[in-house]
Amino acid sequence: MKKIRELNSFTRTNIACYGIVILAFVVLYPLQSAGLISHSISGQLVPICTYVVMAISLNLTVGFLGELSLGHAGFMSVGAFTGVITAISLAAAVPSPAIRLVIAIIVGGLFAGVAGLIIGIPVLRLKGDYLAIVTLAFGEIIKNIINCLYVGIDESGLHFSMKSDAALGLSDMGRVIMKGPQGAVGITKTATFLSGILLILFALFIVLNLVNSKTGRAVTAIRDNRIAAESVGIGITRYKLTAFIISAMLAGMAGALYAQNLSAVAATKFDFNTSILILVFVVLGGMGNIFGSIIAASLLYMLPELLRGLADYRMLIYAVILIFVMIATNGTRSKLIIAKIKSLFRFKKSPGEGAANI
Amino acid sequence: MKKLTKILSLTAAMAMAVSALAGCGAQKATETADTAAGTSAAVIKIGGIGPLTGPAAIYGNAAKTGAEIAVEEINALGGDIQFELQYEDDENDAEKAVNAYNKLKDWGMQVSLGCVTTKPCIAVSSEVFSDRIFALTPSASSTDVIEGKDNMFQMCFTDPNQGIASAEYIKSQNLGTKIGIIYNNSDAYSTGIYNKFVAEAQTQGLEIVSTQTFTDDSANDFSSQLNAVKAAGADLLYLPIYYTPASLILAQADKMQYAPKFFGVDGMDGILTLENFDTSLAEGVILLTPFAPDADDELTKKFVEAYKAKAGDVPNQFAADAYDCVYSIYEAIQKAGITADTSAADTCEALVATFTSPEFVYDGLTGTSVTWQTTGEVSKKPKGMVIENGVYVGMD
Repeated sequence: MKKIRELNSFTRTNIACYGIVILAFVVLYPLQSAGLISHSISGQLVPICTYVVMAISLNLTVGFLGELSLGHAGFMSVGAFTGVITAISLAAAVPSPAIRLVIAIIVGGLFAGVAGLIIGIPVLRLKGDYLAIVTLAFGEIIKNIINCLYVGIDESGLHFSMKSDAALGLSDMGRVIMKGPQGAVGITKTATFLSGILLILFALFIVLNLVNSKTGRAVTAIRDNRIAAESVGIGITRYKLTAFIISAMLAGMAGALYAQNLSAVAATKFDFNTSILILVFVVLGGMGNIFGSIIAASLLYMLPELLRGLADYRMLIYAVILIFVMIATNGTRSKLIIAKIKSLFRFKKSPGEGAANI
Repeated sequence: MKKLTKILSLTAAMAMAVSALAGCGAQKATETADTAAGTSAAVIKIGGIGPLTGPAAIYGNAAKTGAEIAVEEINALGGDIQFELQYEDDENDAEKAVNAYNKLKDWGMQVSLGCVTTKPCIAVSSEVFSDRIFALTPSASSTDVIEGKDNMFQMCFTDPNQGIASAEYIKSQNLGTKIGIIYNNSDAYSTGIYNKFVAEAQTQGLEIVSTQTFTDDSANDFSSQLNAVKAAGADLLYLPIYYTPASLILAQADKMQYAPKFFGVDGMDGILTLENFDTSLAEGVILLTPFAPDADDELTKKFVEAYKAKAGDVPNQFAADAYDCVYSIYEAIQKAGITADTSAADTCEALVATFTSPEFVYDGLTGTSVTWQTTGEVSKKPKGMVIENGVYVGMD
């Protein structure tokens, strides 16, 4: 009986997560194709997909692994720029924009995964606050390195420099891809809403399956009680590193998609503020709650855009709403009210199913 | 517990959705009011994007106010051409700028004022290019903004132009022999000028003795950079940076009794109106700027007065550039015979043709006999200014 209940809850989470994404696609895609939704909403679809993937991937680190990472935008940045370099390098070799986008996303994910491995090995020995500080530093290091990096391409291959675009020594046929603080410019936009949705589904597939696998149970065991987990023979480092690398890889893929949706992207975009923004999505959506991450990322991304009518007070109101939501979801009284609402719903269900809800 | 948090977040999400919809509803109301006014008076809709909040808000708000003054003046003339201006916030972020641009497109924008800052403008410029909407940016100065886009124009000098002009100016006026440079290598504007300055300095035979950098995160203390420049014996310090870090450099150089000639570019403009800054430190600072609020021509006086009445302080070059943008679009619209009924795409083609025609010459706050090249680059002469007794004095 217990097994069935667990299975139920697992499948329910799955159905809810996949369902909302597919529903969003089924409703919005025809509307977008027919031009029935405004430019404003249509333009936000791909960024929303990006941030949803970011929130899902950070939730793996913060919610399931239980480690506070403040440098998630750094992985996004790695993925974005390696993706851009890949896409521009392949512009002639791969004429299909869709295939180019897929390759860019895969390369972006791989490089971010490697960055996750490099940073993960020393960092995951640390705990709590220390880990947060080191990941924060990592994000800043990535930002500053890319700020100094000049990359160009000509017929003899890629050129790198830390000085200036002139120092790249490109031939006449060459073009500069990344210009230090100006970032990458002249990106051909290849990202589409469909690709964004597919990436979310991919991220969901990876994370949901991981969480419900042996590895996932080991990861949550480490989160809940490290010593107990260690005592039953769970290899802490291995499982922590697996979760961290997968999280970094998904962030890199989201970054690659993000960059392919803008014609210019600069390193300063992926700063501390962006990391915190994603963390806010995760915290408001609920730690370890993937469905919540999807909803929170979508709504919180749209909110400032929907508030544009308030002109000068826009960001003020946005901040107030954020604080309000934080308090509302964590206050004792609001929790009581929500519990009451919950019990109303539970009343209609059969007792057996109600118990499974707890 | 997991279920509980899920439901909590759902409730939170619903609360936000409701408030978001409320915001949406309010916006719809103003929009319809706008269109109603639009159809009765037949206005041409101009959309601008800039950082109205965040650390760069000073530039966005200045440009917005400058453009508003121009639109009010033009509408007050009561001619056939009436403008309606809407500015959207981009928080100095490319992604938000594209969102703001889409919002303006929904509003029915016919002519765009691009973005105020460079990075967002690069992203928006490719959008206006594919949508065929004419855009004239007041202050996004990188060449990447206009490169390969025939309908994207600039009111300000490009960064390379400023670097080249600075080197030429230093050489021709014999301002210094040993040059030290402090620039912001995390900033596209500063790096863009620096790179061209170094290249041009070589061809001009200027000697650069020391190059020091800083980033946005380390723009609080310049003592090590200043010591290095001083040790290298620089007699002219070139500062292709914005006025806030420049003010700190001036103050710290004064403390360590280091007094080379200071040479700035248009980002230095605004230093005299900076709060809590001792303007006596800026005595003798040379800068290249297209606009001086102390100039005594009628146009500048009128503009400065209107700006003071509206915003309460002295306008900087961003405001002047935006003012010029609206007026040059106004003149071009008159010339091309565009009316409010002309579609955005037709307006775009007509304006591109007018702006690039050799007969189109504009006289404004930031320059006289201003023309545009087919690349979208502006041709106007940079003015060398030196600060004397707390005011700009022309050097030529």
